[in-house]
Amino acid sequence: MSQTAHHGDTETRRVFVFSVSPWQKRILLWLLPLSFLIVAFFFPLSHILALTFDLNTLTSSNLLLALHVLRFTFYQAILSTVLTLLLGLPSAFLFARYDFRGKSLLRALTAVPFMLPTVVVAAGFNALLGPRGLIHSLFPLSSFNFVGTLTAILIAHVFYNTTIIIRVVGNALSSLDPKLEQAARSLGADSFHVWMNVILPLLSPSLLASSLLVFLFDFTSFGVILLLGGSQFATLEVEIYLRVLKLPNLPLAALLSAIQLGCTIIFSIIYSHFASRSTIQLAPRSTLIKSKTIKQKLFVTLCSVLLTVFFLLPLSSLPLRSLFRLEADRGQRGEIQYGFTTDYYTELFVNRRGSVFYVPPIRAAVNSLGYAGATVILSLLLGFPAAFALAKPTRLERILDPLIMLPLGSSAVMLGLGFIISFGTLLTSPFLVPFAHTLVALPFVIRTLQPAIASIPQRLRQAASSLGASPWEVWKNIDLPMLRRATLAAATFAFTISLGEFGATLLISRPEYPTIPVAIERFLSQPGGLNYGQAMAMATILMLLTLTSILLIEKFRLPNSGEF
Amino acid sequence: MLEVRHIFKTYEGKPLLNDISFNVDTGETVCLLGASGSGKSTLLRIIAGLEDSDSGFISFNGVDLTSIPAHLRDFGLVFQDYALFPHLNVDENVAFGLKMRRLSQSEITQRVANSLEMVNLRGFGFRRVTDLSGGEQQRVALARALATRPRLLMFDEPLGALDRTLREDLLNELRSILNRTNIPAIYVTHDQEEAFTIADRVLILHNTEIIRAGAPVDVWAKPESAFVAGFLGLGNVFEGKIMEKIGSREWKVESRFGIFTVPCEHKHVKGDNVHLLARPLSAAKEPNVIQGVVTDVIFQQDRFRVTLDNGLYVYLPDAAKVGEKIEARVKVECLA
Repeated sequence: MSQTAHHGDTETRRVFVFSVSPWQKRILLWLLPLSFLIVAFFFPLSHILALTFDLNTLTSSNLLLALHVLRFTFYQAILSTVLTLLLGLPSAFLFARYDFRGKSLLRALTAVPFMLPTVVVAAGFNALLGPRGLIHSLFPLSSFNFVGTLTAILIAHVFYNTTIIIRVVGNALSSLDPKLEQAARSLGADSFHVWMNVILPLLSPSLLASSLLVFLFDFTSFGVILLLGGSQFATLEVEIYLRVLKLPNLPLAALLSAIQLGCTIIFSIIYSHFASRSTIQLAPRSTLIKSKTIKQKLFVTLCSVLLTVFFLLPLSSLPLRSLFRLEADRGQRGEIQYGFTTDYYTELFVNRRGSVFYVPPIRAAVNSLGYAGATVILSLLLGFPAAFALAKPTRLERILDPLIMLPLGSSAVMLGLGFIISFGTLLTSPFLVPFAHTLVALPFVIRTLQPAIASIPQRLRQAASSLGASPWEVWKNIDLPMLRRATLAAATFAFTISLGEFGATLLISRPEYPTIPVAIERFLSQPGGLNYGQAMAMATILMLLTLTSILLIEKFRLPNSGEF
Repeated sequence: MLEVRHIFKTYEGKPLLNDISFNVDTGETVCLLGASGSGKSTLLRIIAGLEDSDSGFISFNGVDLTSIPAHLRDFGLVFQDYALFPHLNVDENVAFGLKMRRLSQSEITQRVANSLEMVNLRGFGFRRVTDLSGGEQQRVALARALATRPRLLMFDEPLGALDRTLREDLLNELRSILNRTNIPAIYVTHDQEEAFTIADRVLILHNTEIIRAGAPVDVWAKPESAFVAGFLGLGNVFEGKIMEKIGSREWKVESRFGIFTVPCEHKHVKGDNVHLLARPLSAAKEPNVIQGVVTDVIFQQDRFRVTLDNGLYVYLPDAAKVGEKIEARVKVECLA
């Protein structure tokens, strides 16, 4: 701080000026976010790596098991990706080329699962196809297994990620200049050759990029596999979880985490390579057609009906199942009342002896909201300075950017494992959870704020300071009002992520402080119709909360602020 | 050669093309001239087979093309924004149509070289099309269409995206290529200068119909409607009222700019409303005089464009002074 004095003719003013060099300003901006990342991410990561490269860890039996797990992880991820493409490509074509009734609604419907917490999706499929689900209850004689099979995992993955193909490939398809197709046809190419020689080559970067992204999500999937498949489907994620909580072997868990992180980093690098190539767009013009020929009509009808059924059934089964009693509940006295009931919801407020909790289950909702609130505050506090620095990054800061995004690439279960190894003694406190959630939410918060900050013209700030505003007043009167929407969107993002976070929370939350997703998992793993019904009720509440948040984010978000 | 018969087309419920019929003969270049949105590009796409008409038919050498898809029509198409394939280089773009026709590699190589030679792009073969300038890209697009030796060439505002000098150069080259190859062509544009330069015959499209067709010199001499005269910028167009017949084909017409003696082939009676065209070029022998106070003078190389306070304009060989009151003898015609 320096002190300068201005000498006027009639008066002498003393003005205090913070003189901060640009370098010092940068360091100030980075101070909080970087220290947080070092403590909450890199410090635990170093513990994991240290444990991994211990001679006692790298035994042949551990390595063999890791290889086995890795192989299955790849297997299910590749299978899921192929199936997702199978549904996604015709759908992308449908949305990019055709105009039909209810199109925007159907498009929104296909995008919903991607933003839902994994427990909600798992509960939805369970409500439809599980042993206590609607189909089994309505047709008691049907004897198929869904929950606990590889099919369940694959279908849930397709359910989750089809929207990625629709968006990425669909966008590329609709921004293809239709004149290229017309030119090819006028030069003598039939439909087949137009696709093979013009459309597919031009789509290939976006096809590759979207497939890789889907693969990445399937590779790191945890909640879906644990809840719909069960722990016998040992992917890297599930195995880490098992080796932490069920068959404790922390060194093995660390080894698996390191492999997991290595794989995701490699895939992310390949992905960003193709993603940058796929963003080179041509004339962004789309010509939507109404289906005319019988073939086109058949395609549009079949495709849209299939999508509607596939996406609507699991989502609607959940609230439906939470409101209907279809079997005797455990411990139920008196005559069994089948049909409509609100018992599953009212039970949430009752503290029952011998129930899964020692507190009324609704406490989990209160905990979740508390954690989410803390996550919002923490991630905004850390995200704002980082987003400001990254909005106009120096050379050095460009290197920091991928480091900030790194927690996104590392799995949630691994974050939990890192916390357990590094802060074991603190695990009795409930305060670790918001820190873990912030780690997951921070990249989203930064990516939401950064373009908004960058879009404020520098000359507005210069004009304000030339009119006498101090740096603080510039920030308060220019930046903050203009960033209101982006801030709300970022806050809602953080809130939603915290509400639905499952992997890390499952590992580090105290049994007496469950969150909604953890509570759903516990309800589902308990016998009895009442527990099942309460799981459905909880999942319905979580789904509604998340859907509200999604609507809010869409409302606040800047148009064209990018995706994924 | 090409026969277009009774084409009807509606767009979003409104008629776009209404009973369009015309021919294109061997070696002829026909220009479709019209304002944007007049349906001329749609007409072109219908002929190319890229879009269907509501009714009517198109035939080539007597063969009905209705059921023949675009890729089998053998018509070359050149777009305003080139539509080059960004994933292929110059050679591959030009070779595209030849590969679709399954020609031998040696034939393809030779034809690609010939076509590039024809558009003055020798040695450009391995360049990426995205690295070329607008003019070069349009030459590639032209070479690509020429390489297949189409039965008919179609141009959709091919020079619209280029600047003026480049446009004139390319237009002249195009003219000479069309003359040399003798390929019949349809050229769509909204620019009358371009149309008059390249066309053997001009069709003017307005309000869903062809309202005037003919050789450029005939259309220029006899626009036949107020719209055509205005659209082509032939002079001052205004309304008048028939006063009396003064000769076998001459009428006295009054207007807000004075009373004119106008030759006219049409049958009129006293009181009829007519449109008049006062050509801007001053001519000493003309009987009609326009007058007014000069408000603006623009130097145009060999003449001065003088605007009067009543809105009329006239070309004079010498500069007039702003504020000066002048008279000019001009040709006044009746537009029906």
